[in-house]
Amino acid sequence: MFGSYLRRELLGRRKNTIIIAAGMALAVALVMLVTSLTAGVRAAQAEALESVYGVGTDITVTTTPAAPEEGQEGEGGGGPGGAQFDFGANDGEESDGTTSLSQSMLSADRGTETFSADALTTVLGVDNVSSATATLALTNTSFDGEIPQMSEDQQEQGSAEGQGGGTPPQGGPDGAGGSSFSVDSFTVLGVDPSVSDIGPLSSVTLADGRLLTADDAGQNTAVVDSDYATTAEIAVGDTLTVGDTEVSVVGTVTSTGTDESAANVYLPLDTAQTISGLDEQISTIQVQAASSSAITQVADDIGEALPDTTVNTQEELASSVSGSLSSASALVTSLGTWLSVIVLAAAFILAILFTVSGVTRRTREFGTLKAIGWSNRRIVGQVAGESLVQSLLGAVIGLIIGAAAMLTVTAIAPSVGGSSTTENAGGMMQGGPGGGGGFGGAGMGQTADTAVTLTAPFTPSVILIAIAVAVAGGLLAGAIGGWRAAKLRPAAALGSLS
Amino acid sequence: MYTLTDLTKTYTGKRQARVTALDSVSITIPDGEFVSIQGPTGGGKSTLLQLLGALDRPTSGSLSLGGTDIATLKERELGRLRADDIGFVFQGFNLIPTLTAQENVETALVPQHVAADERRQRAREALESVGLGERTDHLPSELSGGQQQRVAIARALVKRPTVLLADEPTGNLDEHTRDEIMALLESQWKDRGLTMILVTHDSAVARRAQRRLRLAGGHVQDITAA
Repeated sequence: MFGSYLRRELLGRRKNTIIIAAGMALAVALVMLVTSLTAGVRAAQAEALESVYGVGTDITVTTTPAAPEEGQEGEGGGGPGGAQFDFGANDGEESDGTTSLSQSMLSADRGTETFSADALTTVLGVDNVSSATATLALTNTSFDGEIPQMSEDQQEQGSAEGQGGGTPPQGGPDGAGGSSFSVDSFTVLGVDPSVSDIGPLSSVTLADGRLLTADDAGQNTAVVDSDYATTAEIAVGDTLTVGDTEVSVVGTVTSTGTDESAANVYLPLDTAQTISGLDEQISTIQVQAASSSAITQVADDIGEALPDTTVNTQEELASSVSGSLSSASALVTSLGTWLSVIVLAAAFILAILFTVSGVTRRTREFGTLKAIGWSNRRIVGQVAGESLVQSLLGAVIGLIIGAAAMLTVTAIAPSVGGSSTTENAGGMMQGGPGGGGGFGGAGMGQTADTAVTLTAPFTPSVILIAIAVAVAGGLLAGAIGGWRAAKLRPAAALGSLS
Repeated sequence: MYTLTDLTKTYTGKRQARVTALDSVSITIPDGEFVSIQGPTGGGKSTLLQLLGALDRPTSGSLSLGGTDIATLKERELGRLRADDIGFVFQGFNLIPTLTAQENVETALVPQHVAADERRQRAREALESVGLGERTDHLPSELSGGQQQRVAIARALVKRPTVLLADEPTGNLDEHTRDEIMALLESQWKDRGLTMILVTHDSAVARRAQRRLRLAGGHVQDITAA
């Protein structure tokens, strides 16, 4: 009887059913779309971060650069300051009154502080750390130039302040005492060649030659970014001067990270440490937690184990993603959520009002049923059942509309830009919390821009949410309508008797 | 058998005004009796029918049906009593518009938890007994007033009650149909040995009862001999 009564009521009061179902369908579709877009934006954020920080990185560990003290000069070995070239009086090759000087230096990135590689062992010892790898972000700077050869007389004259006269300058590239020199630099990232599931090696594809492998540890081998290789006219098999060491180029790679954040040259970590003189030093540790739920705890534990470091989680990294992706995220989380809440509330209120209105219109019907012995429970069940089925009908329609909307968004695939920037205490921009973490950010480490495609994934959880919304709406409206019906006194409900 | 002793029902109306619908009514209605109740509007007829039908409780006094004091029953027990022992026929038929004639009749068997097959069988038989065996699948809107009232009578009788209460059962019908319905009610009353209590304004209908009561100002008066 319940089923046939319910079916006939819904069919017999089509207008009522259609209005409630349509309201619920709209709410379900909107909630689905917002939920899906939220997931899509999160995926886009993850993609943007991935390109900046590497695949699978949940946590990065760095150390904050100390503010330079007054008069402090930067030196290799990390910390503030840049490369400084020192030439002795007899350095260089002399020819025709010209001294040719050339020097190459590998030093830590400007604005990047290095710390002991022992920290990696500490991190790997923390519970729920799935994997971790260390990198060392460096910059290779080379000086190449010609200056005029200076005789002892000239030097003496030059040092005698206020005394005019003397021999006019000679030599140099222009033959008249002039100088010519150039300073070039490229970014170098020391990576653990045996780790490819996390960190830099997780976000590169081989263009030519081969990738670094565990056998390259301690070897003077290098992999070069394909774009840089083209610009610098470097090919696989060539040698490259890094610091004062000649390294063999064994391969070229294309980074899936952004161009702005890609390193130019990748060396085995220990090789990079040796050449730069930063033995047992690293600049970033990238950590993958055993599960997403453990990330916060792992970050806290690392922070306790390494109190002098800065620990950032992916969630914190996500906050550094800006650009239109950030706008999309803000739009979805603010406008989308509020729109969902408003439409949901409107649909619920609509369902409740129509159900209550239906109960009022059917007062005599329910009064009659009570008069012939129907219990309140049975009447409430009937009203709630009708309301639930109306809402579920709305859910089915809403699922179709929502799925169509999601497929449309995915088909259009709007491209949104994302950039990751982080400003340190000193106001210096550097490459994200990773400070050169991953293949991105080595040395350059500034702002990393990326364009990602926004999608609206259709997942089982979206369907479950849609059904849950409809069931909740149906039960709420049914409970209120049923309560109204149960409150009816049969004598009062039967108008003909009162 | 109904036994009413000093039965009083008062209502609190607007502005807290108390209205006495029934004032110390004391009557006995034996099993199997056909009683009609007449009286002016507001005289207490409907109130008395509500109390007899266990739809409401008296303010004071006692009302027993077959030895059970209705005044003391809980809501669920009143519902049980209505489901098993009391059949209602209303002036406006009170059929559920979206259900067919047969389904309307079946609704009376739902509280008795009758199995679906038996429910359908008994509903069909009940409709045949009121001459609507060919109209089982019709909606109320597809039936005439007289046919709708026949469906309502079938619904009231399908559960095999001991009492049939009818509130102006012919009030919405023309004279010819009125007579048909009254003939049907009388035949069912006789065949089933029902106690039938009928409220009506129509003296022609009231005169067909074994006993005629008149309710005015909350007081009851036996006018059978009048």
